[in-house]
Amino acid sequence: MATRTARSLGGMPVESMFPRLEKLLPQISKPIQYVGGELNSQVKDWDSADVRWCLMYPDAYEVGLPNQGVMILYEVLNEQPGVLAERAYSVWPDLAKLMRENGVPAFSIDAHRPVKAFDVLGISFSTELGYTNMLEALDLAGIPLHAADRTEDDPIVLAGGHAAFNPEPIAGFIDAAVLGDGEQAVLEMTEILKRCKRNGLDRESTLLELAKTGGVYVPRFYDVTYLADGRIQRVAPNHPDVPWRVHKRTVMDLDEWPYPKQPLVPLAETVHERMSVEIFRGCTRGCRFCQAGMITRPVRERSITGIGEMVKAGLEATGYEEVGLLSLSSADHSEIGDIAKGLADRYEGTQTSLSLPSTRVDAFNIDLAQELSRNGRRSGLTFAPEGGSERLRKVINKMVTKEDLVATVTAAYTAGWRQVKLYFMCGLPTETDEDVLEIADMAREVIRAGRQATGTRDVKCTVSIGGFVPKAHTPFQWASQADPETIDRRLRLLKDAIRDDKSTAKAIGFRYHDGKPGQVEGLLSRGDRRIGAVLEEVWRQGGMFDGWSEHFSYERWMTAAETVGVDVDWYTTREREELEVLPWDHLDSGLDKEWLWSDWQEALAEQDLDDCRWIPCFDCGVCPQMGTEIQVGPTGKKLLPLSVV
Amino acid sequence: MSKQPPGAPPPPPVQRLRLRYAKRGRLRFTSHRDIARVFERALRRAEVPMAFSAGFSPHPKISWVGAAATGVASEAEYVEIALAEHRDPDDIRRALDASLPEGIDLLEAVEAEPGTSLPDRVQASRWEIVLAGVTHADLQAAVTAFEAAESVEVERMTKNGRRVFDTRGAVVSMAATQHDNCAILEVVVQHVTPAVRPDDVLSGLRSVSDLVTPVPPAATRLAQGPLTAEGEVADPLAPDRVAAGNPGADAGATRQVDGAVGA
Repeated sequence: MATRTARSLGGMPVESMFPRLEKLLPQISKPIQYVGGELNSQVKDWDSADVRWCLMYPDAYEVGLPNQGVMILYEVLNEQPGVLAERAYSVWPDLAKLMRENGVPAFSIDAHRPVKAFDVLGISFSTELGYTNMLEALDLAGIPLHAADRTEDDPIVLAGGHAAFNPEPIAGFIDAAVLGDGEQAVLEMTEILKRCKRNGLDRESTLLELAKTGGVYVPRFYDVTYLADGRIQRVAPNHPDVPWRVHKRTVMDLDEWPYPKQPLVPLAETVHERMSVEIFRGCTRGCRFCQAGMITRPVRERSITGIGEMVKAGLEATGYEEVGLLSLSSADHSEIGDIAKGLADRYEGTQTSLSLPSTRVDAFNIDLAQELSRNGRRSGLTFAPEGGSERLRKVINKMVTKEDLVATVTAAYTAGWRQVKLYFMCGLPTETDEDVLEIADMAREVIRAGRQATGTRDVKCTVSIGGFVPKAHTPFQWASQADPETIDRRLRLLKDAIRDDKSTAKAIGFRYHDGKPGQVEGLLSRGDRRIGAVLEEVWRQGGMFDGWSEHFSYERWMTAAETVGVDVDWYTTREREELEVLPWDHLDSGLDKEWLWSDWQEALAEQDLDDCRWIPCFDCGVCPQMGTEIQVGPTGKKLLPLSVV
Repeated sequence: MSKQPPGAPPPPPVQRLRLRYAKRGRLRFTSHRDIARVFERALRRAEVPMAFSAGFSPHPKISWVGAAATGVASEAEYVEIALAEHRDPDDIRRALDASLPEGIDLLEAVEAEPGTSLPDRVQASRWEIVLAGVTHADLQAAVTAFEAAESVEVERMTKNGRRVFDTRGAVVSMAATQHDNCAILEVVVQHVTPAVRPDDVLSGLRSVSDLVTPVPPAATRLAQGPLTAEGEVADPLAPDRVAAGNPGADAGATRQVDGAVGA
């Protein structure tokens, strides 16, 4: 497609693109998302900076702006003298078209500088569905798609975020990837880049300097060979100074990294508008499907006093009316009760509400939720049993009994909530139709118990369910992914089962995601370098914004796979054997492959496993290998008292 | 669950302030909803003692008066806020202006004359539309043709679908001038339903002449308020100032005409 190629820009004057962009803005929807100037954003002097980062979130502004990772690194980098960081987000097709027609290249939204002019383009991938947006961004920036075609004029294209734990499908498009926590990694990379620039090193030598550290993965220094049947034979470094394995980065003391200190406040509407504080990082609940829990070990808590200070400073800096206490399982903080009560006391009468995304099911959470809604709006309650039957919950190691769930939801109804959401996955390993149908029983029981406890028929629940996607670095990395037909058939059975019982049907809502996007996500999440050709073909056929149902096209992905000769089933529904070389084996998340395999076997044996915060170590491998340790309280301290102004 | 949240209802408003603000530069691309959010947060950062609505989702009491469309700049936007404690309007103006982003600039704050309605006073707007790449002669020819017409119908997508409506009737006066390479149209338009917006006026001018606008026109609302017998747009806060015993216009008002071109 001719329109796919950004016009050659000639030269690289590093000036603001805004005057040229401004002429396009009246012609597009939601122009405010492209103008920058958010509260707490900053523009540093270009010429006096030694190293310049463009941090991109490869999705629309409304999704990307609240991303904590980008916000943290933006602030960490800009605090350094001689270092400049600006942000970029994906542009919608209406603007992309005008940019191509008018020769306006991709820009940062802080000072509207051309993306191509930066030293590093760092892209944060929360999900694999952002890959096509990266290709679009590279093309709009006038940066060659393939790393091999880039020259000294191009930035180093760096991938981070959870999807970077298997960057092999994008290995041909990125120059480097960093696994794990970015705070220290970006600063160390900045020092290396500064040194390389000062010494006049070329692109290849600079990448080698980064790769030598063992903490930056540079795909071009690793060769992949394949067996005749298509499996990988070996991934080996092709340079003597490059290590066999690249390790993930772990920030140990969260209190030393109280970012974001000055959260960005958008002018445009975004998906999360609240002051977010990460109260701990990592999770050792050991849910076997959960990549985030596996790759972010060990648990590192922020102290109660550190949280108190961040909330105070953040609210003053933003004017937000909601505080979000973030983590992978927020009620698990060792002092969560004191934190919630302390914040509710502190902001009594100020219309400041607290929210606790990602909470586990147990009775304690209802008291907690009461505390959280004391000063403001009562937020919804979501419980995530994930699996429909007790047997399946043992397989996935999400240990919640039906009795516990019903008792907890009933307590929520009694405490005044009228609507709760129950979250499940479909297509989990070993799952049968019966496992899924038990979800309907559970929902009915919740409604009946709720009606009885409250003496009213005014209680509702919503069953929300999506397809399970096996991910790298989890015990399910060997599993067969259920095909979309199976998932869709089970979802239909479940829907009918909920509808069939007329006494509860009206009280139970049903929301689902069909199986097709999950298959594409599965292709990317466990894919190898050969998947890059599919990605490129999809993008050439107009694919982007794959996380948006109105833009996602399953047919486009399947046609592209066929065009380039990739068997989607082989990558998704095929169960792997113990000794198969997996595409990400050379990327070290700290987890022992042997431990992951034994946990996979225990899953198949329906054996659950406890949390290592409360029982002796079960040797997953992270702490000794990474030189890290679990950091949990309680500290016994209190939130700082609020000084009344 | 009771229909009212527990605890005492929020304190009632004791003071209402009317504010004039400008929407300038790149911040003209904010939508009305964007501005509303920006305002709410700025009120919190500035610690303005807002009065809140009762109920489970208390909201600060803010009443908006019209709003310039996304992409349109303005030197004269108005909003009324209700306070739970008395404050000096000028203190509020300074504190709020410091908390608002550059480009949303708070120009005036006056205490509302009790029992009066600000929206009732806002009957017309004076607009300045900068047309880059258009000659004064071409614009003048279009203006002459427009003024000679009895009605000038245009078509636009509205919330209720495509609508055809007259623009001529709402236009009180029009004048073409020249500045550097731009023709400039100043036009006074009455507030009618459906609203006749600057781009509707331009559509009307195009439909009665050969006017071509090569670059997206830049519109700025210079004033809105009561329409005088002479066809001028008056200051809608003047009665409030008189009631507050301060009939002299606020210093900020003198900026009303400046700063529009090239802001």
